[in-house]
Amino acid sequence: MTDAYAPSRATTEGRVYNLTGGDWDQVFGGTDPIHDERLVLNMGPQHPSTHGVLRLVLELEGETVTDARVVVGYLHTGIEKNTEYRTWTQGVTFLTRADDLSPFYNETAYCLGVERLLGVEAPPRAQLIRVLMMEINRLSSHWVWLATGGMELGALTAMTNGFRAREKCLDIFELITGLRMNHAYIRPGGVAQDLPDGYDATIREWIKGQREELQGVDKLLRGQPIWINRLKDVGWIGVEGCIALGITGPLLRAAGLPWDLRKTEPYLGYETFDFEVPTDDRGDCWSRFVVRVAEMWESLKIIEQVLDRLEPGATMIDDPKIAWPAKLSLGPDGLGNSLEHVQKIMNTSMESLIHHFKLVTEGFRVPPGQVYSKVESPRGELGAHIVSDGGTRPYRVHFREPSFINLQAVAALSIGGLVADVIASVASIDPVMGGCDR
Amino acid sequence: MGGPVERPVPEDSAPEQSAADVAPVTVGQGSVDSPSGVERHGMFGVAGSGDTSGFGGLVREPWTAPGAQRPYGSYFDEIVDGLYEAYADAAAAITKVVVERNELTLHIAREHLIGVATALRNDPSLRFELCSSVSGVDYLGSTHRLHSVAHLTSMTYRRRVRLEVSVSVDDPHLPSLTGLYPGTDWQERETYDMFGIIYDGHPSLTRILMPDDWDGHPQRKDYPLGGVPIQYKGATIPPPDERRAYK
Repeated sequence: MTDAYAPSRATTEGRVYNLTGGDWDQVFGGTDPIHDERLVLNMGPQHPSTHGVLRLVLELEGETVTDARVVVGYLHTGIEKNTEYRTWTQGVTFLTRADDLSPFYNETAYCLGVERLLGVEAPPRAQLIRVLMMEINRLSSHWVWLATGGMELGALTAMTNGFRAREKCLDIFELITGLRMNHAYIRPGGVAQDLPDGYDATIREWIKGQREELQGVDKLLRGQPIWINRLKDVGWIGVEGCIALGITGPLLRAAGLPWDLRKTEPYLGYETFDFEVPTDDRGDCWSRFVVRVAEMWESLKIIEQVLDRLEPGATMIDDPKIAWPAKLSLGPDGLGNSLEHVQKIMNTSMESLIHHFKLVTEGFRVPPGQVYSKVESPRGELGAHIVSDGGTRPYRVHFREPSFINLQAVAALSIGGLVADVIASVASIDPVMGGCDR
Repeated sequence: MGGPVERPVPEDSAPEQSAADVAPVTVGQGSVDSPSGVERHGMFGVAGSGDTSGFGGLVREPWTAPGAQRPYGSYFDEIVDGLYEAYADAAAAITKVVVERNELTLHIAREHLIGVATALRNDPSLRFELCSSVSGVDYLGSTHRLHSVAHLTSMTYRRRVRLEVSVSVDDPHLPSLTGLYPGTDWQERETYDMFGIIYDGHPSLTRILMPDDWDGHPQRKDYPLGGVPIQYKGATIPPPDERRAYK
């Protein structure tokens, strides 16, 4: 049979049609539709339901998925390789772009690793600011998961509400770092600049707004029959499956294991905060919804505790050989080096000028060795394997990206289910392709 | 989480590949040491012109992590002791123990990797259930320059250990961990893609991040970097490693 829209060829697996349009009756005229209905469906990489550039190759018998393969790599930009040709501080600028929905986690994992190689620790205020930014980031990331996941399942109001709530998180980021994304705010040794005036009242007001948005989620989705039917008993994976596949984060907690690095291997003083690790026992998409929403409530609790604890102090380590020399300030012509710093290096201290020049162009040297530092990102364990050869540039930076590893679960979640449930399952993994492909 | 948890090891948990299938590293164990970094002269990476900076006489030698002596401190002694108990060939398997920055690194001879990883995963006193990460490092300048680095996590005891296996470019083979930790599937594919390390026994060792028809392995340190041609009398922006910069 020849057809301009569906050329076919015989293979050892049977006759394969390449469907590009045309009359389906004509295309399938020669085949038995009941017993010979195997279809290989290519979904993505531009499909709106695959969270960016993720490609799924699904094998279907009718509407049942019999095989699922995942193709990634479309967004590979060589971030890890790039960092090897930049200074240690510039590495933050690259890595913040890896997982674009959780930039502060990338920055923190990297900076904690560099600081351990250096044998230094950021001052307490900087550590609290890092916790603050990461927890706000957890909310903003989970909001995007809810918004995009909702959209993919047809809940468009979940999308508009989710992005509205996330926009408010980005407003806080902009207030503190100056940027909505790609912040490069957390630096080795501390953070780029101190919190702005009036941050406390703004964030407390924002917390109130977020609580209202979260209550809105309960009102809109938790009892909604369509939402429940699309998520419950869909995309199951148990604790054993998660551990075998290396899956961490909300997927593992939704399967019942309370594994959260903030509790199990605390960093940045998380052991001193009062918060719960939400878990659920169903291990399906519904559990992941429940767990993520509960995590957002817990993050708000942590943010309030940070605000209560913040005391004036240094935000960058007191070591002129590591600390970034300049301080940014808002002048009449925009954001730039503070006037005092410019006056100091241009008028009074030649040594400061040399120092500024050396630190900015050459950077600091990091003692040789390797570390693996990890943080609990919104998607699971985010690890940074950093190797130094003693130079001013990283010898190797590898990110253990939870999106990359968790995506391996797609086959386990979707084989045997319906093709429509693949959408719910992939959304429940919450992959971010920028992080997956790096 | 208290003492060892008694749990049966599943029947099908035997590794798909036995230690006998993997050829031993043919050179002596001493050469398994890989210094990080190559010897460097000066500070600016300039060659050919005179020493205008005055820093041309600086020589920085490659660095090698020193082997640790007992006691290793922290929980590291328990891990090594447990491994010696659980794996008969541990003395031959562990070529070097490094303890730095409160992390334990075990350098493993590749023919023993599966045995060591099986013991680490299954032994009740070790219980490294989770393989967090597999990645590669290229220590250019040494014989066994390609390192495959696996980070294992014991969720029972909340401990971590790093297994490092070094292979040469001419014989970049080591056994795959996918039989023990299925989650290393994509990570080993990535390491193959980026470094050309071949994991024997991997179900489908193909490229994952780079295009299928890509030549070479970009994360190797001797992989040529691209320069950018610009529209000025045939000039180009040199690749990053050839630019005049602090090194």
